[in-house]
Amino acid sequence: MEQTQYLIVGSSHAALEAITAIRMHDTDGSITLVTRDPHLPYSPTVLPYVVSGRSAPENVYLRDAAFFDENKVSYRPGVALKALHTARNVAELADGSEIGYAKVVLATGAAPAIPPIPGIDKVDYHVLRTLEDAKRLNAAMKKSQRAVVLGAGLVGMHAAENLVKAGANVTIVEMSAQLTSGYFDATAARLIEEAFTANGAKIRTSSQVTWLAADGDDIVLTLGDGTTLNADLLLVATGVRPELDYLKDSGVACDKGILVDDRMRTSVANVWAAGDCAQARGFFDDAQVMNAILPDAAVQGRIAGMAMAGDPGVADYVGGVPLNTYHFFGRHAISVGSSKVPDGGVERTRFDEASGRHLKLIMKDGRLLGIYGVNEFFDAGVMAQLIVRRTDLSAVQDRLFEQPLTVGRELMSQIWR
Amino acid sequence: MGRSFNTIAFDPAKCDGCGDCMSACARVKFDSDDTSRSLIQILARENANTKGISPGAGSSFELALCRQCGDPKCVTVCPAGALTKNNETGVIDWDGSRCVDCLLCTIGCTYAGISLDEATGRVSKCDTCDGNPACVPACPHDALKYITTSNIYNEVGDWEDLFAPGLAGCQGCNTELLMRHTLRRVGPDTVLATPPGCVPGMGSVGFNGTTGTKVPVFHPLLTNTAAMLAGVKRQYKRVGREITALAIAGDGGASDVGFQSLSGAAERGEQMLFMVVDNEGYMNTGMQRSSCTPYGAWTSTTPVGKAEEGQKAVAQGKTQDAKNMPLIMVNHRCDYVATASTAYMEDLYEKLDKAIAASRTGFAYLHVYSPCTTGWRFPTDQNMEVARKAVETNFVMLWEYTPEQGLHFTKPVDQPLPVTEYLKAMGRFRHLSPEQIAHIQGKVEENRRMVEKLAEQVHGG
Ligand SMILES: Cc1cc2nc3c(=O)[nH]c(=O)nc-3n(C[C@H](O)[C@H](O)[C@H](O)COP(=O)(O)OP(=O)(O)OC[C@H]3O[C@@H](n4cnc5c(N)ncnc54)[C@H](O)[C@@H]3O)c2cc1C
Repeated sequence: MEQTQYLIVGSSHAALEAITAIRMHDTDGSITLVTRDPHLPYSPTVLPYVVSGRSAPENVYLRDAAFFDENKVSYRPGVALKALHTARNVAELADGSEIGYAKVVLATGAAPAIPPIPGIDKVDYHVLRTLEDAKRLNAAMKKSQRAVVLGAGLVGMHAAENLVKAGANVTIVEMSAQLTSGYFDATAARLIEEAFTANGAKIRTSSQVTWLAADGDDIVLTLGDGTTLNADLLLVATGVRPELDYLKDSGVACDKGILVDDRMRTSVANVWAAGDCAQARGFFDDAQVMNAILPDAAVQGRIAGMAMAGDPGVADYVGGVPLNTYHFFGRHAISVGSSKVPDGGVERTRFDEASGRHLKLIMKDGRLLGIYGVNEFFDAGVMAQLIVRRTDLSAVQDRLFEQPLTVGRELMSQIWR
Repeated sequence: MGRSFNTIAFDPAKCDGCGDCMSACARVKFDSDDTSRSLIQILARENANTKGISPGAGSSFELALCRQCGDPKCVTVCPAGALTKNNETGVIDWDGSRCVDCLLCTIGCTYAGISLDEATGRVSKCDTCDGNPACVPACPHDALKYITTSNIYNEVGDWEDLFAPGLAGCQGCNTELLMRHTLRRVGPDTVLATPPGCVPGMGSVGFNGTTGTKVPVFHPLLTNTAAMLAGVKRQYKRVGREITALAIAGDGGASDVGFQSLSGAAERGEQMLFMVVDNEGYMNTGMQRSSCTPYGAWTSTTPVGKAEEGQKAVAQGKTQDAKNMPLIMVNHRCDYVATASTAYMEDLYEKLDKAIAASRTGFAYLHVYSPCTTGWRFPTDQNMEVARKAVETNFVMLWEYTPEQGLHFTKPVDQPLPVTEYLKAMGRFRHLSPEQIAHIQGKVEENRRMVEKLAEQVHGG
């Protein structure tokens, strides 16, 4: 049986960062990477641009094959982890082979969560998580006249914009009352909604699909209020969840994701997890949260790699902070931190109808908790630092609210230059 | 071995916020007058006394500029493979054809080094103008510098390190840096003399019958270093072998007890390179004064203390001025004499090369000012800063001399800082009275005038 010092499962952001971290500390320990995806590493985040045709599929890879040679990584694409036998420290792969590991990091990400709508198994719908999904959606989009996007998160909204621009009639169906809830506040959501409607999309918030059926090449959606929609293209984008069947009988504790501590260690010895598959401590309260965003996958992958390699420089995870950037119809929206206004907290907003600039700051005791902007650029990385450092901003909060860009930079170069 | 890269350095103390750098950048990069598009952003600071925010060292301007990080976070969060660290130039390259304008890099960067250019809707970042940054010459105050020292480190990294990997120096000692660089540069065909002092104390002579260097090394007496080395060199010449005869001696070994043999060798034009590591005292044996210890400095033999009952004198450090050793060596008309500082490695390297060349035909003398964290009493991470302040205050002047070209300055200081900037950087001058400080400042001026006369050139101040 093949034996490896470090086994990496997955080949996206968390996995690649783990490799980098391991090699910074341990130049020789054997590394094996197994991944379900047949392609060179790429990011799910780039897929909306593959769908739109802006990025050519062969031009989105994060690493070339030489990367694996240079880092002495035995790279095995196209083979999934099937089961983890933790008692023996052995990974069983989909092709039946086994690999013994000293240490393993699970970086298998998440998969589209498919809602249990009656009839969904009878219709041909799209999802967006892999390069194959993106190519298929790109081809279908070119022929689509009537498209329905289920779910108004960022994945759904991105795809909806692509479909609108490709000339389809698009309807977005969202269960909650607000678009992009969880990412942006009500004002931002309104601006986003207006941009979509102005470009011809229909938006049905507070709507639930109760029934799906095929009608020739069409899909018929029945909504909670009894109305029906006909679509020649259905995209299901109702969130993500990790697929963790491979952990059955492994003893690795899971909730919504794989539970990890501040060094990305799971409940079982020699097993780490990072990225969208992991459930780690949130920054704002100590509960374990799913923070399925790219920057967090990178940070967690780095910590896991350092911890596995025994790098003494490893520092505890600061906790997951929501961070999002979003472009829609030539405008941009940025959100950093918590959208909740806690007891004793204050919310300050300003909005300029003419320029469409919107800014919202959430503070408590002089500390920044969250900052949201539409068409108002600020350095999200700097704001995130002010949040996680819990910097006392009492004396500058008015100026920060007026000029988040320059004041953030001023603070940055004084505090962590 | 990792590579080192050139970098743009900002000195906020020299910045007056004129914005010329930003204008130059916006013009060169975007053909625009809009300084908000500049990739270098200078920010006036308005909140110096904010609670919880350190007031900083008195500067009032801050900088936002891509740092071309060695371990760049912007690259790790880019979903499109549009950002890469270029291992040739050190620059984080941005590939506009791959970039999807998602702005995730602005989340990754905590230094505001990559941000949105509202005019194009795309991100923009400094690319150092391909190694010729337009902002640097545009700065009228020298607050921006393009540091190219990295070339030395990259080149030196390929040469063999001829010292033992572990040395017993004090933490923060820059003599190790000096020893390793010098020996790497001089190369394996060297015979090294290290008289008593910090250099053998750190391990050049080795332990348990093995040497601390990969070249022949010997440990002469303090008194006879130059004489012995001259003899060794002559013997090698006699048997027809080309070697560099190198001495690395302390200031005590050179300027006090070793002086007569040094002076004799210089006068005879012996073919050698005599390097003095001047830490201004006998630091290895417990920090006694030497003739190179400056006026007012505390040493264990020039103590500081209160007068006892009935006694008049109050001990206030050394009461004599330092001997100007390098000028004395100029008066030997050596083939090459220079002063150097580890805070200015490019300058040091140029002088080392010239000194090596001169030692083929005659006597070369290189005097390196070498701050001593233990004996001078400053924090171990401040060695370069102390060395730099010595030069910036004119306490130390960097120059070189050859009989053909005379003496000239290699790092003229246009606006020298008051000598107190140097003195306050360390503990050995902590006790100084205003009169003593005035004496030292006066000595700096006198010294400068003296060397300027020899140089027939103004040094500044
Ligand atoms: C369309 C879309 C848009 C997005 N936009 C953004 C955005 O704008 N900003 C943002 O922050 N985030 C965004 N995200 C989320 C972001 O892409 C993820 O958070 C990030 O990719 C997580 O990285 P990861 O390494 O944890 O997992 P993933 O990127 O999901 O990678 C998982 C890897 O594991 C492999 N794998 C899965 N199962 C197995 C198995 N059983 N055995 C072996 N290998 C396996 C997969 O092949 C893949 O290589 C977006 C996601 C999508 C789908």
